[in-house]
Amino acid sequence: MDDDRRGPQLPPARGPLSAAVTAHLLDTGPLPRPADAGAADPYGDDLQLALYLCYELHYRGWAGVAAGREWDPDLLRVRAALEDRFLTALRADTPGHGSLDEALGELLVEPVDGSGVSHYLRDEGELWQLREYAAQRSLYHLKEADPHAWVLPRLWGRAKAAMAAVEFDEYGGGRAARVHARLFADLMTDLGLDTTYGRYLDAASAEVLATVNMMSLFGLHRSLRGALVGHFAAVEITSSPGSRRLAEAMRRTGAGRAAEFFYDEHVEADAVHEQVVRHEVIAGLLEEEPHLAADVAFGIDATGFLEDRLGGRLLADWRAGRSSLRVPLASAETVPAS
Amino acid sequence: MPNEPSESAEDARRAPARRITMQRQGPILVDGPVEVELEDGTTVASDRWRVALCTCRRSRRYPWCDTSHRKRV
Repeated sequence: MDDDRRGPQLPPARGPLSAAVTAHLLDTGPLPRPADAGAADPYGDDLQLALYLCYELHYRGWAGVAAGREWDPDLLRVRAALEDRFLTALRADTPGHGSLDEALGELLVEPVDGSGVSHYLRDEGELWQLREYAAQRSLYHLKEADPHAWVLPRLWGRAKAAMAAVEFDEYGGGRAARVHARLFADLMTDLGLDTTYGRYLDAASAEVLATVNMMSLFGLHRSLRGALVGHFAAVEITSSPGSRRLAEAMRRTGAGRAAEFFYDEHVEADAVHEQVVRHEVIAGLLEEEPHLAADVAFGIDATGFLEDRLGGRLLADWRAGRSSLRVPLASAETVPAS
Repeated sequence: MPNEPSESAEDARRAPARRITMQRQGPILVDGPVEVELEDGTTVASDRWRVALCTCRRSRRYPWCDTSHRKRV
């Protein structure tokens, strides 16, 4: 048997597309027709979960699903239709900047009166909201840097050397205890969350799935290497000030030392990564392939667009006193780890 | 056709001068690990492969850059 026994459990479906992909993975039913993808909401729960189900086969797979499904041609055909719907919407919804310099310049300015999620959590976030934030973000942070590693064979020279150096740092510089995904698991333990990979997939909103699916989409397609680099730059450039605010939120609420450390580490590390990504990865890539400048800008804009949608959703729920999760955190997890 | 390696083993052993990247706006970048002596006589260390040193003196994690040099609008 080559079933992935240790992979995460398949989550409940969120509509006909994700139900059909699940059924196909379990050999219990037919795939959706590629045309079905064309009618779905490109950012909705159903399409985003269906895409997530396809992509996870490239990371850790699913419990009880054959590892070989990663390269199942019928499934890949459906995935391509889902990706096309998602990517077309992203391109349409990010009219974008006139130039890459403009897109980067905007990221490098810090708003005095910022009103994003990290500002909210720093100023008035409560512990339950920090826990929800960590549960939502765990979909990415428990595989932090993995979607970006796929771009390495698609780069060369300066861009490859610098990208590999940043990824090496993300992976703990050769020390397992410093792998960023591990640091995030430690943060989750401080917050009394379950660190099992995939544990909060069912609870995560469509907006979070879209942010992670975008990384997988950009990472898995060589044709989108410029967008992947732009996306990565946007994450690294905005991470440092955002992480400082989240570290302050963790300190103010007494979340715990590991929770503070995760964000403190990102303040310093990403102040370096930002410089390396701009001066070496982007500059190196464009030296070799100047025609990719528009794609780099698209990666930046798409990241901003999806992060804004996620932030808007989280703040709307929290300001109304509602949970942002589809499934509330179980009571067993509300006991902080001692 | 015979060729020379881009960087020979001897080049690598010769430990070239440490390269520091300066910018008008932003930190000084230097290859780590580094030890930094501060005015008050204390020493702080970083073992990152690349280190960003604050030059605007606004960093709350001085001497390390925390992006506080950015323009605020």
